[in-house]
Amino acid sequence: MSLRIVVTVKYVPDATGDRHFADDLTVDRDDVDGLLSELDEYAVEQALQISENSGDDVEITVLTVGPEDAKDALRKALSMGADKAIHVEDDDIHGTDAIGTSLVLAKAIEKAGYDLVISGMASTDGTMGVVPALLAERLGVPQVTLLSEVSVEDGTVKGRRDGDAASENLEASLPAVVSVTDQSGEARYPSFKGIMAAKKKPVESWDLSDLDIDAEEVGLEGAWTTVDGAAERPARTAGTIVKDEGEGGKQLAEFLAGQKFI
Amino acid sequence: MAEVLVYVDHVDGAVRKPTLELLTLARRIGEPVAVALGNGAGDTAAALAEHGAVKVLTHEAAEYADYLVVPKVDALQAAVEAVSPAAVLVPSSAEGKEIAARLALRLGSGIITDAVDLEAGDEGPVATQSVFAASFTTKSRVSKGTPVITVKPNSAAVEAAPAAGSVEALDVSFSAQATGTKVTGRTPRESTGRPELTEAAIVVSGGRGVNGAENFAIIEALADSLGAAVGASRAAVDAGWYPHTNQVGQTGKSVSPQLYIANGISGAIQHRAGMQTSKTIVAVNKDAEAPIFDLVDYGVVGDLFDVVPALTEEIKTRKG
Repeated sequence: MSLRIVVTVKYVPDATGDRHFADDLTVDRDDVDGLLSELDEYAVEQALQISENSGDDVEITVLTVGPEDAKDALRKALSMGADKAIHVEDDDIHGTDAIGTSLVLAKAIEKAGYDLVISGMASTDGTMGVVPALLAERLGVPQVTLLSEVSVEDGTVKGRRDGDAASENLEASLPAVVSVTDQSGEARYPSFKGIMAAKKKPVESWDLSDLDIDAEEVGLEGAWTTVDGAAERPARTAGTIVKDEGEGGKQLAEFLAGQKFI
Repeated sequence: MAEVLVYVDHVDGAVRKPTLELLTLARRIGEPVAVALGNGAGDTAAALAEHGAVKVLTHEAAEYADYLVVPKVDALQAAVEAVSPAAVLVPSSAEGKEIAARLALRLGSGIITDAVDLEAGDEGPVATQSVFAASFTTKSRVSKGTPVITVKPNSAAVEAAPAAGSVEALDVSFSAQATGTKVTGRTPRESTGRPELTEAAIVVSGGRGVNGAENFAIIEALADSLGAAVGASRAAVDAGWYPHTNQVGQTGKSVSPQLYIANGISGAIQHRAGMQTSKTIVAVNKDAEAPIFDLVDYGVVGDLFDVVPALTEEIKTRKG
């Protein structure tokens, strides 16, 4: 038996940078450094752990859709221990929404071949958290999402999903789409050996024609939602700051009473 | 007037507050028709009618509890086909967003998630979203198909608006995918008696400065004096001091209460992403340079172990 895992990852603008919009109301990627979305590191980690705990032959492919720089996200995942990478890059993809992104990812996943897809719970830029569910819908396979624990055995994926009202134990047959939360287990740091090995690992580049996708289906033109405006949130007016010299608690209570919270 | 479908989030017939808020927003764009699924679905009708639902479509089946997400998508799709609504509104919970996404794809419709406000527009509903850790506000609309929009808790006031609320059984046939992911066990979360974090009017949070699980008792005591929910920063959760379900921030819950009190939290961008839209922000921190003080309406530079108990005492005294 062999197990083919495809891990979807995203190259995102660094959240600690000064993020803003370009003129076409897409995210301006030029002014802020990019990196592998932190939440996707957990997906790579779980793929590696499934591989390490499996008696089977496991192949881990990392897949991203994004501009040239997005290769950095793939290199990071390869240096953590993934086996190979696929980069879908095409000028027509600029401005694609979540629905369109799920189309490109689904076509690439089908072309690559898979038994299990693993994604992070959300990207750290858009933070919608809908792509794993969209992939399951498009691929027609079970979604086993938002897992804080995941395991694969004998063609079955099991996991625990911690919701607001309850913790649920889930189970589905492969092939399936899994997403994992930041509670699934700390992601490993790439070792020096891993970083060196990553340089030799294969990175395939595909464009829309490789995936039989028309340009009209993606990009800003193909998006099913439209952003009409973006405005910077007005700076908060400077608040009152006091130093506690024994009365800080009382002063704060006074403020809360003035605001009718008490 | 166009009908607007509202997906009902309920626990055994008890409707959760974000759904009632959606009914307020739905009335701005049409006539609310609620869709309640699963055990106790019929029991939701009175509360929904009181808040403006002209009709309540219900369907009870074991599939909703026994399998993940897809049975609910099948049912909402059946409701859309029956009603042809002007929009579908879903509460922005983790599950709500997954349901909405799959529904939108099936309908060939665009989706907007995590709206914080909603208005009628010339070309369909216009949603306001708060992005980049709430540093920008965007206005968006769905440009293809039936708009599917998820809305964050606390985005609108709950308003009484009595309506007919007539109950009709929804006809649902489940898809082949519906039984793909089995729920093999369920452990209900123990109730703390405190309000739900995302729905609370006041949230009191603790971070690294709380310095130990046992010290969260003073954060809880302050929360209880105000009838508030308790939140925690990622640092406090990663240290094992408080459960992940209470985490406020980018990878936890995003909250938008009337009052947010951050104790021993420095205010890293990841935390700010989850609380920056709070109406009034208060912080207690030893470090006068902590970035959280850039956000506050009122800040106390001081030791939370002195300030927080004193505040709790003062609140109790004032409340008598």
